Amino acid sequence: MSNTNKSTVKQICVRHGKDRTRMMDIVRDVQSALGCVSSEAMDAIAQACGTHRVEVESVVSFYSFLGTKPKGKVVIRLCHGVIDRMHGSETVAAFEKELGIRMGETTPDGLFSLEWTACIGMCDQAPAALINDQAVTYLSTDKVKRIVEMLRADPDPKRLVRTYGDGNNAHELVHSMVHNNIRRRGAVIFGAYERGSALRKALAMTPQEVIRAVKTASLRGRGGAGFPTGMKWDFTRAAQGEQRYVLCNADEGEPGTFKDRVLLTECAEQLIEGMTIAGYAIGAAEGILYLRAEYAYLKAFVEAVVAQRRKDGLLGASVCGKAGVIFDIRVQMGAGAYVCGEETALISSCEGLRGDPKTRPPFPASKGYLGCPTAVNNVETFCCVPPILEHGPGWFAQMGSSGSKGTKLLTVSGDCSMPGVYEVDFGITLRDVLKMVGSENAKAVQVGGPSGQMVGPEKFDRKVCYDHLATGGSVMVFGPERDVLAIAAQFLEFFMDEGCGYCTPCRVGNVLLKERLDRILAGQGAPTDMAYLQELGEVVKMGSRCGLGQTSPNPVLTTLASFRGEYERRCQPAHSRHVFLPGFDIRKALADSESIAGRHSVVYSE
Amino acid sequence: MSKPKIATASLAGCFGCHMSILDIDERILQVAELVQFDKSPVDDIKKFTGRCLVGLVEGGCATEENVHVLEEFRKHCDILILLGDCATMGGIPAMRNMVPLKECLEEAYLNGPTVYNPGRVIPNDPELPLNLDRVYPCHEVVKIDYVLPGCPPSADTIFQTLVALLTGKPLDLPYELIKYD
Amino acid sequence: MSDTVTVTIDGAQVKGRAGQTILQAAEAAGIYIPRLCAHNELSAHGSCRVCTVLVNGRPQAACTQPVADGMIIENNTEKLTNMRKAIVEMLFVEGNHFCMSCEKSGNCELQALAYRFGIAAPRYPYLFPKRDIDFSHPDIYIDRNRCVLCGRCVRASRETDKKVVFEFTGRGAHRRLGIDAAADLADTDAAVADKSVEVCPVGALMRKRVGYAVPVGQRKYDHKPIGSDIEAKRA
Repeated sequence: MSNTNKSTVKQICVRHGKDRTRMMDIVRDVQSALGCVSSEAMDAIAQACGTHRVEVESVVSFYSFLGTKPKGKVVIRLCHGVIDRMHGSETVAAFEKELGIRMGETTPDGLFSLEWTACIGMCDQAPAALINDQAVTYLSTDKVKRIVEMLRADPDPKRLVRTYGDGNNAHELVHSMVHNNIRRRGAVIFGAYERGSALRKALAMTPQEVIRAVKTASLRGRGGAGFPTGMKWDFTRAAQGEQRYVLCNADEGEPGTFKDRVLLTECAEQLIEGMTIAGYAIGAAEGILYLRAEYAYLKAFVEAVVAQRRKDGLLGASVCGKAGVIFDIRVQMGAGAYVCGEETALISSCEGLRGDPKTRPPFPASKGYLGCPTAVNNVETFCCVPPILEHGPGWFAQMGSSGSKGTKLLTVSGDCSMPGVYEVDFGITLRDVLKMVGSENAKAVQVGGPSGQMVGPEKFDRKVCYDHLATGGSVMVFGPERDVLAIAAQFLEFFMDEGCGYCTPCRVGNVLLKERLDRILAGQGAPTDMAYLQELGEVVKMGSRCGLGQTSPNPVLTTLASFRGEYERRCQPAHSRHVFLPGFDIRKALADSESIAGRHSVVYSE
Repeated sequence: MSKPKIATASLAGCFGCHMSILDIDERILQVAELVQFDKSPVDDIKKFTGRCLVGLVEGGCATEENVHVLEEFRKHCDILILLGDCATMGGIPAMRNMVPLKECLEEAYLNGPTVYNPGRVIPNDPELPLNLDRVYPCHEVVKIDYVLPGCPPSADTIFQTLVALLTGKPLDLPYELIKYD
Repeated sequence: MSDTVTVTIDGAQVKGRAGQTILQAAEAAGIYIPRLCAHNELSAHGSCRVCTVLVNGRPQAACTQPVADGMIIENNTEKLTNMRKAIVEMLFVEGNHFCMSCEKSGNCELQALAYRFGIAAPRYPYLFPKRDIDFSHPDIYIDRNRCVLCGRCVRASRETDKKVVFEFTGRGAHRRLGIDAAADLADTDAAVADKSVEVCPVGALMRKRVGYAVPVGQRKYDHKPIGSDIEAKRA
C-alpha cells in the first residue's frame, strides 16, 4: 500500500476517534476512499485503533458492500430479489452486453463493477439497481443502454437522475428518481402531523405516563415480531445502567418490504419525533438510527432533518426547552447485511462488530448497545408514537383488530396493477388486499417476505394481523404462471447468502434444503423428499439461534403446507431400467470423464 | 429348503473390509451353516447364480464399473448392507472430491512429484472403466438397507450383524462396535 | 431471596444455583446434556445447538440459558435426540471428516457424539467442500476440513491465552475460522501450549508431531460414550 493510502487510512481512523466501536464508519470510509479494504488497509486500521487485524477482517468480510479486492469506480448492484428477477432477466443481459463483462466482474479499465445484491427495497419499481449510492428504477433494456452511455461520459451516478420521483425524492439532498407509490393513506402514519406537537405533549407527561399511553394504545412492534412496545420501553427504563439508548431499526432487508424507505423519505420528522419521545420515556440521552447501506442516498437528508430539529430545540441539550431532557441522534450506516435487521445483530453492527446476533439472555432491554439498556424499535413503530400521543391511545386502539391495534403499512409488489405502499387497518383480509392492489387472479401470495408464509387461494380470507397473517409489510403477489417452488428456492438462496453462519442448523440446514429443492426442480425428486424437507425444515426452525434462522425454512415449510400438490407432481417415483435413486444422475457423473477420455461410456450410454 | 445366499463385492475400497470378513475366523463355519456364498471375491464366483438374501458392499463408487456392480447387487439382493467408511462416505478415495477430475488425473499421471511417465500418457484404454466426476457414497446411488461403518468394521460387528439377520433376531450392537476407524 | 432454584429435567427435580446455566445445573446433578461448542473452562457460545432442550416447551440452548425456578426442562426425549442427531449429521456432511485417517479419531467429540447417538451414516448428502490447511506454523496446524466453527479456540485465545489469534470471518456458508495474520498461522503469536489448541473438539487445530499417540482401544471414547463421566455422578 502506498504511503498516501496509508495516511488516508490513518486520517479516517483519526476522524472516527480511533474508536473500535466505530469500525463500521471506518471501514465504510476506507472502502469508499480506496475502493476496497485491502489486506494492508486492515493492518493499518488495526494498528491505528489498537485492535487486531483479524477483528477488522471479521467485520470487512461480513458485509457485502465491503470487500478486500478493488472494485470499479462505479459499482452497479443489480437487485437479486424475486420480484426483480421476475421482470429483470433482460436487464441483466443488457448490463452485461453494454459493459462487456459478466456478473461479478470488473471492466479492465477499472471503471465498472457489476454484481448482484439482495433486495434493495424497490420491488414496486422493479427491476432496479444501485449505482454506487444512487438507486435506478424501472429498468429496461433501453434505459440500461442510456445509463451506461451516460456513465461512460460522466461516472458520477448522481447525473443519472434526470427526472425526480415524487415528494421528497425531489429534495436536493435526496436527489432521486425513486417513487414513493403511496397508494393509500390511513389515519396513523399518513395522517396529519404537526411538527413538535406530540413531543410537547409527551414532555408535559411523566416518562411513566408516556409508556402507559403506548401500552394503552396496545402498540406492537411493526417489524414483524410484534413485541409490545410499551413493555419493551418499561423493561429498558427499569434496567440498571449508566446510559440508555434508543435504536431505530432502519435496516429494512426483508425482501418485498420498502415502507421504511418511504417513511424515511416522507415522514422523517415524525420518525425522529417518535425516537425522541422514546428517549424521554426510557431515559436515554442518545439515539442511533441504523440505516441500511442500500438507503445511503437518504442519509444526508435524514441527517439534515436531525440537524434542523436540533437547531429548533427539538433535539439536543434541553429538548423543547425542558431542563434535564437531553436527547440526540446519530445515523449509523450499515454495509449490506440482512441479518442486521435482527435487533441484537443490529446492536453488534452499531458496536463496530460483525453482524452476528448476540446470545439472549441478556436481552437488549437490560444489556444492549455497549452493554447498556437499549430499546430497539422499527421505523414504523416510532412513526406510530407521535399520533398516539397527539390523539390519545384510545383513538389508536379503536383501529385495527383485537390483538393488533392501529394501522399497518403494507408494501405490495409482484403481479398486481398497483404496487406500492398501503396504510390499512389491521384485520383486513388478504382477499381485500388483493382487490385493492389490482390483482385478479393471484395464485400465491408471500406474506411477510421469505421469512413469512406462502399463502394459497384457499386461505385468502385470512386476516392480516399478528395472530393470523403476520407481516412486517411485505406482500408479494404471484400470478398463475409463477412457479412457487422455484420462488421458494430463490428465497432459500437468499437465506444462504444472508445468514451469519453462527449456528449449525441455519448455516448447514439451508444449504441442504436448497440442495434438495433444486434436485426436485431439476426433475429428480423422490416421493420421500417431501418428508425429508419437512423434517429438515423443522430441525432448522427448532434448532436455530435467532429469529432469522428460525424462520429461514419457512419458504419450504409453508409451500409444503399450501402447495403440496406442486411437490407431489414433481416427486414421482422414477421409471427407469436402472435402480438408481432419483438424485443420482449417472450421465452427469460421467460427463467430465467422457470429455477428458474422449470416449463414451459403454455401460451407461443413454 | 436350500440355504439363503450371500454375495459380497469391493468397489472403490482397499479390500480391508473383506479382510475383516475373513477375520471372523472359525466363526465363518457358523456363517456357512446359515448361508451359501454366491458372487464374491471370497469364493471367486464372478456372476450371480441366483437371487441373494444379503449383499455386502465395500467401497464407494469411483467409476462406472463400481456403479454397475452396485446396481447388479441392488437388483439381485434382498438386503443390501454397506460395509465400511468408503461405502458409506467415500472414504480415502473421496479425498479427491474436492479437486476436479482433470486435475486429479494430471496430478496422478503427469505432475505429481513422484511420477515417472516419460510418455506423458494418462491411461485411457477402452477397457478401462470411466471415472465418475467424484466418488459417491453408495447410499447416494441406490437404496441401501443397512450400514456398518468402520475402517474396517470389526469382524465382531460383521459376524453379529450377519447372525442376527440370518436368524431373524434383533440386532443390538454394543457401543464398542460402532466406530468410524 | 434464596440462591437455590429448582427445575425439573425429564421429570426429575434438580436443584441449581441462580446464575448457573441449564447445562451446568444438569451436569452438577449428573445429567448429561449433549454439547459440542460448550466447554467448562470457557464462556458459553451457543452456536452448535446440540445442547438444545425444551424449556416449558420452547427450544433453548442449555449452555446459554440460565436456570430459573420452576422451569420444566425436556432433555432426553425422542424428538430432541433426533434433532441433535440431525445437527451432528449436518456437521459431518458440511466438512470433510475422514475419521479413518484423522489423528483425533477416538478422542474427537464430534465423532463421540455420533457414536453416542448410534449414527451409522448421515441422512444428508456429503457436501465435500473445498477447504484449506494451514501448515505454516512450526508446532501447530489448522485443518479447516475438520473445523466445526464451534468457536472454542476463538474464546480460549481471548479468555485464557490473553491473545487474539482467532476470530470468525465471512458469513453464512462461507463463515470460516480466521487468523490474526494476512495468510499464515506462523505469522500470529499462536503457541503450541495455547489453550486454544487444547480445546479443539475435533482435529481442526492440532499439535504437530503428536500423531496417533494413543493406541486404538485406549482412546478417550473407545469404550465409554461421551458424557459417561457426568452420568456416573448421578446419585
